[in-house]
Amino acid sequence: MPTAEDIARRIEAGIPGARADVEDLTGGGDHFRATVVSDAFAGRSRIEQHRLVYAVFGDEVGGPIHALSLQTTTQ
Amino acid sequence: MSDETRSDETETNPVRDAIERAIGEHKVILFMKGTPEQPGCGFSARTAAALQALGSPFAAVDVLPDPRIRQELSALSNWPTIPQLFVDGELIGGCDIVTEMYETGELQRALGVQPPAGSPGSLDATGSAGVAGDGPLLGIESTPR
Repeated sequence: MPTAEDIARRIEAGIPGARADVEDLTGGGDHFRATVVSDAFAGRSRIEQHRLVYAVFGDEVGGPIHALSLQTTTQ
Repeated sequence: MSDETRSDETETNPVRDAIERAIGEHKVILFMKGTPEQPGCGFSARTAAALQALGSPFAAVDVLPDPRIRQELSALSNWPTIPQLFVDGELIGGCDIVTEMYETGELQRALGVQPPAGSPGSLDATGSAGVAGDGPLLGIESTPR
């Protein structure tokens, strides 16, 4: 099971320049909440911003990662 | 060469067809785990509660009875998780986005409803009525229009 730290590192690696703050909501390694700050979100709708983060994990979100609650901002 | 074993894109996909039809036929439709009255997951519960709090009629599809619904929906919408809210055929978002839009008042505007008279924070409106789960593939529950 990934830790909150693992999730944060993967988001930051997948979206260059992003800063991610991740919390494991249940302690079970499958429900996370992430706050992600990245200039890559500029000019994108919220849907597109969240898709950008989900894309880092491919099929894992909705699979082994049951939930990844997101808050995305550019600053 | 493409992978010939995958048949997701063929036109004979009754589940995907049913999903597309449902999205096209309902102005506001929520795909969720469970029903608005008996949600099967906290995220679905919160999303349904936001819609109910606005008093706006919406259709709800429970994705749990058939795993293909979820699979085809996510393939169609390019969105990995449940719930998913569609308005006028467009994906609005999941729990995070819908909740945020509810709190900022954007959801009312997207749904074209008047702001509720009470405080915007109360997500305790009564449930929808009129179960119409007679579809062969999707059990769609609609509130009266």
